[in-house]
Amino acid sequence: MSANEFGVAAGNGLLDRRFFLKAGAAGGATLLSASAAGLERQDWMKYPGGPMSEDGAPSVHESHVKRIAISSQPGTTGTGVSRTPLEYLNGLITPSRLHFERHHSGIPDIHPDQHRLAIYGMVDRPLSFSLDKLARYPMVSRIQFLECSGNSGGSIAPEPVQASCGAIHGLVAASEWGGVPLSVLLDEVGVKRGAKWIIADGADSAMMSRSVPLDKVMDDAIVALYQNGERLRPGNGYPMRLFLPGWEGNASVKWLRTIKVMDRPAMTKDETSKYSDLNDEGIATLFTFPMGVKSVISNPSHGMTMGPTGIYRISGIAWTGAGRIRRVEVSVDGGKSWADAALDEHVLPKCLTRFRAAWQWDGGPAVIMSRATDEAGNVQPTRAQVLEGRAAGQFYHYNGIQAWAVSSAGEVSNVYA
Amino acid sequence: MSTRSLPTLVAASIFIANAAVSDDGPGLGEGLTAAEISAIDYTVMPDGDGLPEGSGTAAQGRAVYLANCLACHGENGTGGLNDALAGGHGSINGPAPQKTVGSYWPYATTIFDYVRRAMPLTSPGILSNDELYAVTAYLLYINDIITEDFEIDAESLPSVAMPNGGNFVWGYTPE
Repeated sequence: MSANEFGVAAGNGLLDRRFFLKAGAAGGATLLSASAAGLERQDWMKYPGGPMSEDGAPSVHESHVKRIAISSQPGTTGTGVSRTPLEYLNGLITPSRLHFERHHSGIPDIHPDQHRLAIYGMVDRPLSFSLDKLARYPMVSRIQFLECSGNSGGSIAPEPVQASCGAIHGLVAASEWGGVPLSVLLDEVGVKRGAKWIIADGADSAMMSRSVPLDKVMDDAIVALYQNGERLRPGNGYPMRLFLPGWEGNASVKWLRTIKVMDRPAMTKDETSKYSDLNDEGIATLFTFPMGVKSVISNPSHGMTMGPTGIYRISGIAWTGAGRIRRVEVSVDGGKSWADAALDEHVLPKCLTRFRAAWQWDGGPAVIMSRATDEAGNVQPTRAQVLEGRAAGQFYHYNGIQAWAVSSAGEVSNVYA
Repeated sequence: MSTRSLPTLVAASIFIANAAVSDDGPGLGEGLTAAEISAIDYTVMPDGDGLPEGSGTAAQGRAVYLANCLACHGENGTGGLNDALAGGHGSINGPAPQKTVGSYWPYATTIFDYVRRAMPLTSPGILSNDELYAVTAYLLYINDIITEDFEIDAESLPSVAMPNGGNFVWGYTPE
């Protein structure tokens, strides 16, 4: 298929998104260099392969695909973050072993038989639930993203951080979360009139605590027991966590232990001194829960080197706390012109959506960017728009457009554009 | 009626009560007593709800701080490896905001709530209520918010006005 069968859609060689829809397997072939090498019978085809295994580890040739940019508070090993290596992933589900982490005092080693979820406060019947009992409740499954409020925070730096896509933006992941709607449990305890908040505590040694509005809880909060079909991993809250679709990750309290129903918030450390948004007039906003509309190109991205000139697939993820992604536009000329990217078939609410665009790279310098729009009409802002009105150093809820520069040598770096 | 039939009747009435609880859930929760709730409830509200008995002053809290907090937070709450707890006053609306307990935190009760939950990081839960009140007083004192001999307890703590307390708005108000 020729590159121009559907025409150039935007400046600097961006092709129409229908390139992928029509091309299919044939289009894929044009992205690869055809060669007879590798087609002969290889060594591993000359004797029986290895045995079965119990835990299905990835190929040894993929050992570089692991959590990255792990950093912790001085004097600790578990108070900090690890990030998802977005640049190596495709599709929309994040493998559980690569789901980012943010812990406030390490990962507790919880014995499931000794853990309880207690619900009390402004309720008619305070109750406690064991894991075994919760597992007998009606369960729901949602494929949804979880993003730390601090994700991409490095992008407020005066100069662009030269780090990989995952190192900058890897505090986001998507999983199939299975669990019990919290509304079912709250119906059983009987919420008293006048209640408006819940205060959720974790069973980590910091007893991480957040206040969450009751209307959100009754809408779509779950007590998650399963992640991608298996019990939660310890780093994601085993044996149970609160999960609040579309909202800042910190409020989805891991290792969920208690829920206190109240008529007002508790003003905990993590909803006042942290996770509050300070503007340049000294006013800070509390309870900025929903994550904004956002996208990032994961391939090509920083640290990669382009091959020969020709057709490349640009790929990335888009998401929004407001619902579904409606549209992702891509530019390869630094934002002078844009064209719609193709969205993969799974465009789910409050989930990562994979987008792709075809680009005929002519070997010249280029700046590639993506811009998402959600079904509520929110358009991903520029970096300048995000920073406007913010106080210095305020990194929460950064959803600005990411730009990567491709040099004529094919090297990809982080730029502000 | 013989006393032997009583457990059966109690069990039956519990079953009926639970069955009436909800159309959706199977009603498998176990009741919690007031004592059990008291043992798990760590939440302290800005109005002081949830604060335990006990008291302390900054003068008493200095020893608690030196023994448990100094290594990470530095002398007088500054210059440590981890978060600064003091200083930064007046910086919040300037070009380089320094968020500390004294310069930024809106509620004094949050200090007690957080320290009781989470500190000292390597051994949370070791401080007595008196020690918690005392070290809370010490953090307020090194931020020039209270005097060294001001007694902090369940009644006085919620009344302590934080310097930056008026500069917060809500981004979300529940229906």
